[in-house]
Amino acid sequence: MLNIGVLREGIVIDHIKAGGAMKIYSYLNLENVDNSVAIIKNARSNKMGKKDIIKIEGNLGDINLDVLGVLDHRITINIIEDGVIKVKKNLELPDTVENVLLCKNPRCITSIEQSIPHIFHLTDKDNGMYRCIYCEQEHEKR
Amino acid sequence: MKHIISPTDLSLSELDELLDLSEEIIEDPSKYSEICHGKKLASLFYEPSTRTRLSFEAAMLNLGGNILGFSSADSSSAAKGESVADTIRVISSYADICAIRHPKEGAPLVASHHSSIPVINAGDGGHNHPTQTFTDLLTIKHLKGRLQELTIGFCGDLKFGRTVHSLITALARYSNIKFILISPKELKIPDYIREEILDAKGISYVEVRGLEEVMSYLDILYMTRVQRERFFNEADYVRLKDTYVLDSRKMTLAKEDMLVLHPLPRVNEISTDVDDDPRAVYFKQAQYGVYVRMALIMKLLKLV
Repeated sequence: MLNIGVLREGIVIDHIKAGGAMKIYSYLNLENVDNSVAIIKNARSNKMGKKDIIKIEGNLGDINLDVLGVLDHRITINIIEDGVIKVKKNLELPDTVENVLLCKNPRCITSIEQSIPHIFHLTDKDNGMYRCIYCEQEHEKR
Repeated sequence: MKHIISPTDLSLSELDELLDLSEEIIEDPSKYSEICHGKKLASLFYEPSTRTRLSFEAAMLNLGGNILGFSSADSSSAAKGESVADTIRVISSYADICAIRHPKEGAPLVASHHSSIPVINAGDGGHNHPTQTFTDLLTIKHLKGRLQELTIGFCGDLKFGRTVHSLITALARYSNIKFILISPKELKIPDYIREEILDAKGISYVEVRGLEEVMSYLDILYMTRVQRERFFNEADYVRLKDTYVLDSRKMTLAKEDMLVLHPLPRVNEISTDVDDDPRAVYFKQAQYGVYVRMALIMKLLKLV
């Protein structure tokens, strides 16, 4: 297995569905930060078979990591300080998210009016299922 | 400010009140003929729907009110690119209440977020059509005397038929309701209705292909039209449009007190030889649609 150096300070985003790391990378806008970032794709996982991991060195500032649960509800987050896991963060799925998920239903009003915010409600907490508030279309996870 | 975007925007007790008021109007249609004097209904129809629009307009006129609006997107500022939000902000200052129909799902909800007058969803694509649902409930309640303990068959396009989705959702709130869902496999009800309404509430239902085999079980048969405008593919529409035709021969298989409902317009899914059967109540249903809209307008304007 590929080895990436141990973090002294930073964030480990673990248990990302295999192939989903770039979506998280993009959502967190990591291409525009100065931190060192490692993306590990298709790491072996006893639980998931394969998974992706993102390791970020240092602090990202004030960022709502709970929203990552909307993109992939199995994600776990470890905050590392002084080389040890300081916080194991369980993601709380927000009831409503705005402009995080995009409705892809061509029959939805959001498909023709660009100024309408894309708002999704959590309708099934166990499965992390969100529905568009306008057309009730389920957000399809890849 | 109360808006009616989905049929479940009314609680069961509010729905009871609405249906009671509607039945009062059935008994005496002229009872409230002046109550909306000086009030205006804006009918904002971004796609043609003569029946629903005229039903809303007749309802307001029956109450002594006035109407204004447009009957297609071409004749509105939408053709110039105006958003639903901007249109409703302006219309709010012209009228006291509005009914909005839009081909895109969720447009009435967007309108309600920006409106200072009550917004009624008069149909948003294949999504919701609450006043049709209230009409259907009134028809069943008035002619059957109850909304509980019924076996209801839905026949035809159960995939895109919003009236079906809305009525199933509304009836699922009553006790001892059984559904028989009759459709070709391509037009079965969407998974979310099956999983989140029927399975989640433990409601009894079966999905079948043939109409004749279940006719004798039904208290209500709700027929639907396969709607050309809901298909992206014309070939699929042509292949499926004539799957079911209810005729007088099939009616001989039904209970003597079964009712046939249809949201109209029908094309050929109900043969005209059924029209004279006393169990065919779809034209009466259309009449009740005006009464229930009258009741809704009065309720939303807080006039009763």
